[in-house]
Amino acid sequence: MVRRMTSSKTSKSLAAERRAQLLDALKQIGIRTYEDLNSGKFPELSFPSRSVSNIVYDSKLKQYVLDKTNVRRSAGNIKHIRPFTQLLWLAYYANKLVEQGKTSTLREVYYSSQADYMEFVDQAESDEIITDLEAVLSRAREEFKVYPEERSAIFGDLTVEYTVPRFQGRRLNLSAHPDGYQIGPSLSTAEFVDTSAEMVIAVEKGGIFTRFVEEQVEKKYKAILIDTSGQAPRSTRYMLKRLNKELNLPVYIMSDGDVYGEHIAMVIISGSANAAHLRDLTVPTAKWVGVWASDIVKYKLPTDPMTEADQKRAMELKKDPRYHGGVWQRELDIFLKIKRKSELEAFSKYGLTFIVDNYLKEKMQEAKSL
Amino acid sequence: MVTTRQVTYSEISPSEFFYRNRDLAGFSNPSRALYTSVRELVENSLDACEQDQILPEIVVRIENAPEGTKAGDQVAYVITVQDNGPGIESKHLPNAFGRVFYGSKYKLKQSRGMFGMGGTMAILYAQITTNKPVTISSSFDGKNFHTLDMLIDIQENKPVILRHETKPANGLTGTTVSLTLMGDYFRAGPKILDYFKQTALVNPYANITLVDPDGKETKYERGTTVSPQAPTETLPHPHGIDVEALRRLIKETQDLNLVKFMTHNFHRVGERTAEKFLRFAGFDPTRKPKSLTNEEAVKFVNALHSFEEFLAPDASCLSPLGEEIMQAGIMKELSPEFIAMSVRPPSAYSGFPFIVEVGLAYGGPVIQPGVRLLRFANRIPLLYDEANDVAFKVINEEIDWKRYRIPQDAPVSIITHVCSTKVPYKTVGKEYLADRPELERELKNATREVIRKLSVFVSRKGSMEFAKKKMNIYGKYLPLIAKFCTELSSKKKVPDYKKLLGSIEVIEPGSDTEEKWGEFQKSTNEIMEADAKQKKNSKREPQQQQQQQQSNAERGKDDSADAGASSERAVNGKKNDKQQNLEEFGS
Repeated sequence: MVRRMTSSKTSKSLAAERRAQLLDALKQIGIRTYEDLNSGKFPELSFPSRSVSNIVYDSKLKQYVLDKTNVRRSAGNIKHIRPFTQLLWLAYYANKLVEQGKTSTLREVYYSSQADYMEFVDQAESDEIITDLEAVLSRAREEFKVYPEERSAIFGDLTVEYTVPRFQGRRLNLSAHPDGYQIGPSLSTAEFVDTSAEMVIAVEKGGIFTRFVEEQVEKKYKAILIDTSGQAPRSTRYMLKRLNKELNLPVYIMSDGDVYGEHIAMVIISGSANAAHLRDLTVPTAKWVGVWASDIVKYKLPTDPMTEADQKRAMELKKDPRYHGGVWQRELDIFLKIKRKSELEAFSKYGLTFIVDNYLKEKMQEAKSL
Repeated sequence: MVTTRQVTYSEISPSEFFYRNRDLAGFSNPSRALYTSVRELVENSLDACEQDQILPEIVVRIENAPEGTKAGDQVAYVITVQDNGPGIESKHLPNAFGRVFYGSKYKLKQSRGMFGMGGTMAILYAQITTNKPVTISSSFDGKNFHTLDMLIDIQENKPVILRHETKPANGLTGTTVSLTLMGDYFRAGPKILDYFKQTALVNPYANITLVDPDGKETKYERGTTVSPQAPTETLPHPHGIDVEALRRLIKETQDLNLVKFMTHNFHRVGERTAEKFLRFAGFDPTRKPKSLTNEEAVKFVNALHSFEEFLAPDASCLSPLGEEIMQAGIMKELSPEFIAMSVRPPSAYSGFPFIVEVGLAYGGPVIQPGVRLLRFANRIPLLYDEANDVAFKVINEEIDWKRYRIPQDAPVSIITHVCSTKVPYKTVGKEYLADRPELERELKNATREVIRKLSVFVSRKGSMEFAKKKMNIYGKYLPLIAKFCTELSSKKKVPDYKKLLGSIEVIEPGSDTEEKWGEFQKSTNEIMEADAKQKKNSKREPQQQQQQQQSNAERGKDDSADAGASSERAVNGKKNDKQQNLEEFGS
């Protein structure tokens, strides 16, 4: 068995370096503001605009990025002083989180503000400011320890070492529990120690994830399995990115046989327009292996008719630069032609193990040529 | 087969005509009749005072009639209106009040009453509902008060005097009218109060006292001693003549030719204009007026209306309020934050001169949110049928409030005053003005002018408020910015941000929040105390169920103690958590 040993020393110092850079960036915001106030100047912050007109597709990075337009948020502007103060407070709050090794959720951020007599009208407003800070720092909120509620799972032969307080240094193999492990703050920040895996297979559905565990896909394919639970949360995309980048594991994605499934795969590969201000959330080399529209025909899967909304979405995606060419356009065209859709579970028409024994096998074979 | 129908025609007197058509004149039901009666008498008094440039002192009493008759909602009331006007000569007294269409209002002059019958109608109505005589007391010369009790003979249209008394007047003049009628003060009361309030607004030089059936006295005190110029009488303008009026003028004239007839009887018509007109109309200037046939009279009137070279009527017969008096009235009754006024130059419709005056009052303690219209014509308030009035149309349909950036719920009162020798009422009831294009145009121009002024005021005020709000915002956020950046940059001392604040005051962070919690704490305590009290009371129940009661009460007490403690936890919980948070973070 080939074990990929990651040099935990390198990995650790890399993470530590990123953390130090983040803390420095946060501190710089404080210092600049402090100096401006001291010299009688209204402090301001400048960061890339996230307005639709400033979101462009970078064909080299194969993801949406922000263009050159910047927004300037100045305390001297009556309309800006409130969001400026909120942003500065969030920087101060994030700094404490990172320094003290604590995590928080979007909801908690909303409430924590009140401890400092800062206020947000609702969580939507605080979420917006969190995204602003992401844009200021070019870092995902998970890096400054603010996590969403959504959770997804991971299973497979991967040993990790926690970095969070209380568990620091403790190791865990992720194949010890058949339901998989939640990809939460602790796993996201854990160091990878070693693995025998040679690939990562991400599936859209919890049911299929369980089936894959039962059918020992992790052994048969030497794979780490990930359940994205629908559209992959950012922590999951970040995890996929790390597995791909730090462990050099290829990533394969299996989603439902409809336009939304196709898009779930696309977001893992090329990111979303909402996160155009962030890098490190995409796996450009990941492969979408199914369920393709052509598979529906090939395997004569049970189907449902596509609704009008489905067809409209397909038309939109056809124009999306991320879908330019290749399997992406071809499958959208077939969807629009057959006007039918299907799901991963539909393979149980041929028995419960068909999806692993036959479909997965054939698709992995096919993936080599992708 | 031919059937013939026999119709009998009989003459009826004007009194009888109005008796039969009392709805037209505003006596349609007991509440409206009470209101209209009060109003007609008050207006007669105001007119009388102004005729002689006397500052009006008017006292109105509405009392329950001694042997209070009742019929349904109707109760008999005695209305007494007393003024300090010039009084009426005793020989004219019976006819002035006892005959429909008597009165001094034949020539054209601005006055409140128009048909000369309002007071008489009230007396007539009183008589038919209670069969009680009216009592009129008047002193004209200052020597004697003549007091009459009289009824009106409706069929004959003439007064019947029941009693005539004379008392020394000691130099005083004035008239008091007292009548007994069926009414409904319960319903009419609010309208009557509105009427007095608005009358006081548009007659700020008058002292008016109202005593209601409960004996409650409301005083509307004089806000200025300036009263408007008394109007002069004027001849009718040729454009305003109809065939009937022409027929009467011809009947009374002594003139031997049409040129003379015209110069003597028409407003602003000289010989040259008369000759020019007669040429235009095709009449021989030397003809005797009395020789005109009916057809010729009609032709003559049509020509009068179509001839365009008559001079416009002059406004000397009008008595507008003017800015000073209007302002005094508005200040006195509405105490607004802002006043704007517009007095339009005289204009005319169909030969009748008129002047439009519009006032605008904004803000202050009295005026409620929303645009309110107060309509006046010849200094009387118009309270009914607002939606049919031309002023209502102008304000609601012709004016684009958004263009002036005045919100719909702005506290605005618009006061419109139209004065004319003939106010274009749509009905005899004197409640709303017809939409004559000339009148509409003048109202529109005047209203636009005052709203423009308001617009400037509001935007100036708005920018001041904005500046104030801005200061508050800086006072609130700059200290927070200073605090956060100090901690974020691990500095010890807070930066000197006060330079940026200048004279703006710092707002203590969280001061508003503390206030809110104070309120919550207070109301929670109140509920807890009430609860504890109730538990205590239930403990003092009779002995019979003692066992049961006691254990209940004991339990109750425990409960309440528990609840008290936990509530305190709940209330302080937030704060404690916060502090804890801070401490953990701060370490």
